[in-house]
Amino acid sequence: MPSQEVTMFTRGIKRKSCDPEEDNDGPLAEVKTVPSYTLERQSLLDMSLVKLQLCHMLVEPNLCRSVLIANTVRQIQEEMTQDGSWHIFDQRRTDQFPLDRLVSTDILCRSTKEQDEGRMNDEYIAYSEELEVHQTQEISELPPVTSLKPLQNTPSNLWETESPQDNNNKVHFQKSLDHIFETLENRNATCVEDLFSEVDTSYYDLDTVLTGMMGNSKLGHCDMLESFSPPSTTSSNCKTEHNEIDHIVEILVES
Amino acid sequence: MEEDIDTRKINSSFLRDHSYATEADIISTVEFNSTGELLATGDKGGRVVIFQREQENKNQPHRRGEYNVYSTFQSHEPEFDYLKSLEIEEKINKIRWLPQQNAAYFLLSTNDKTVKLWKVSERDKRPEGYNLKDEDGRIRDPCTITSLRVPVLRPMDLMVEATPRRVFSNAHTYHINSISVNSDYETYMSADDLRINLWNLEITNRSFNIVDIKPTNMEELTEVITAAEFHPHNCNTFVYSSSKGTIRLCDMRSSALCDRHSKLFEEPEDPSNRSFFSEIISSISDVKFNHSGRYIMTRDYLTVKVWDLNMENRPIETYQVHDYLRSKLCSLYENDCIFDKFECVWNGSDSVIMTGSYNNFFRMFDRNTKRDVTLEASRENSKPRAILKPRKVCVGGKRRKDEISVDSLDFSKKILHTAWHPSENIIAVAATNNLYIFQDKVN
Repeated sequence: MPSQEVTMFTRGIKRKSCDPEEDNDGPLAEVKTVPSYTLERQSLLDMSLVKLQLCHMLVEPNLCRSVLIANTVRQIQEEMTQDGSWHIFDQRRTDQFPLDRLVSTDILCRSTKEQDEGRMNDEYIAYSEELEVHQTQEISELPPVTSLKPLQNTPSNLWETESPQDNNNKVHFQKSLDHIFETLENRNATCVEDLFSEVDTSYYDLDTVLTGMMGNSKLGHCDMLESFSPPSTTSSNCKTEHNEIDHIVEILVES
Repeated sequence: MEEDIDTRKINSSFLRDHSYATEADIISTVEFNSTGELLATGDKGGRVVIFQREQENKNQPHRRGEYNVYSTFQSHEPEFDYLKSLEIEEKINKIRWLPQQNAAYFLLSTNDKTVKLWKVSERDKRPEGYNLKDEDGRIRDPCTITSLRVPVLRPMDLMVEATPRRVFSNAHTYHINSISVNSDYETYMSADDLRINLWNLEITNRSFNIVDIKPTNMEELTEVITAAEFHPHNCNTFVYSSSKGTIRLCDMRSSALCDRHSKLFEEPEDPSNRSFFSEIISSISDVKFNHSGRYIMTRDYLTVKVWDLNMENRPIETYQVHDYLRSKLCSLYENDCIFDKFECVWNGSDSVIMTGSYNNFFRMFDRNTKRDVTLEASRENSKPRAILKPRKVCVGGKRRKDEISVDSLDFSKKILHTAWHPSENIIAVAATNNLYIFQDKVN
């Protein structure tokens, strides 16, 4: 990517160079004045969301990487909320996928219904982490640690982003991530399609991102991408793991 | 420094054939022991290879203490966590030597979850002529034993044995990024993304959690631990770095759980360089105390910084490793290179620091003269005992002869791990699946 494009990501520059009356003109005017900047920012946001989505599909993503990407998304979202373009972005998404919000609200509310295996599997993962933590504590004879939580409060062992109940910004942000949560919960055949339809490809070429990631030496991505190709494998794997976990838990309970 | 470097020679290089190189061969850590006699490497395949420096030979003065393979063993195997339905890679994340206390050598090696203590020892004699059992080890019939016989030690071919002495497992939920042996030589710590545990080297079933930054609600997580190290002399002091570019110094005497740091080292962000990538590039990938323990060196994506323990608000020295990448951050984010974890090392006298870059380049900074040099570890450009030529990356404008343009750098060839001999100018550089050892020219 040429260097000039990159410099456009420099935060704050546009506000300095803009007319001081920009606030009165409203956020839309500002967006119009610097179209390339917003375009670049948009593509960065899209790129980050794809990366984040891929992170969430891994059982144990590189935590440092996912935290840094999520913080980047937060930053962009904050800035977009300030200049009002977040609303447009959000609107565009909602228009395109009107059902997303309904689904995600359902997920975020953590209804007790266990409709699909994906969710149950997640819960199990969460449970197993707690189990492991407990075991570790026992073995180590450590003093009680504050991080131990009641099981029902653990949304997932996977690292997740913002909580919905915070301030306005975060509520907006949550909406942007709704699709991520959705794909996170539904580890089935359609998740790959969901993932790709999520991105507005007019802004940037998804292939480039994926090729870039494939080219990376970190095994995780390649493994993950490969595992996507036969879509049915994931869910059937879940099933087997599930039974195994069931079995193990039984043993643990019996002993 | 440049003069020094010009005279550097390749003493020995451990080269595996490119055509046979696999993912498992990629070197993931390099570490000299405290005398520099041994050099250990760990790879993605879970193997540890130890090199030993050969004794100087007066008949062959040009062969000055080359490093040869001493021992190879499989430290970690791939595992499967059935509860989490998760594969645990065998990749060796770090190796740390213990100070030598007898004829045997001890080292700690770790993958994402489990630390192991290995004993590496030599055997060149074996006992023969037992009275109570025969040569195959079977007990003799006591009736047949009529005389007193004492077993004798007979010489045999030298054998180097590696045996696992301790396995420290089940204490890390996240990925271990650092291990550090304490100066009391009795304890060590292991750090993962969110917690640091303290272990006694003798006790495997108990560890003490000394740092825990895991938020009660994981949704609030914005920062992770990236590296940690004990102070070289004060056994109660350690530092850990974070993904937000801060370094925390903790004192274990103040409380059992070091939730509150004693010192926080952080440099204010430069407003002129602020971008969406600011936080990512300020994330610290390595932290190292100098030999005296007065200074700390940290590596972030674009720079190496030296901090004085007595000054928390800014580093005393900042060195640009590859500033020409600042204009490429978007592409580097896109291809994930921006998350690469480069390490950094001090030389024996703390006057020079070394760290890696892309295109098989690595950098050295002379702290006194403020001169720096870029060198290349590549098979094509270096034959045994060849002299290393400084390389230059051209930034914009016209490219001079011998210069390489930023756009033609190979980002798949990265030097993440390097090591410096504790007292001599011998360095080990891991370039993907090759290990290069360079040293000062003999006279």
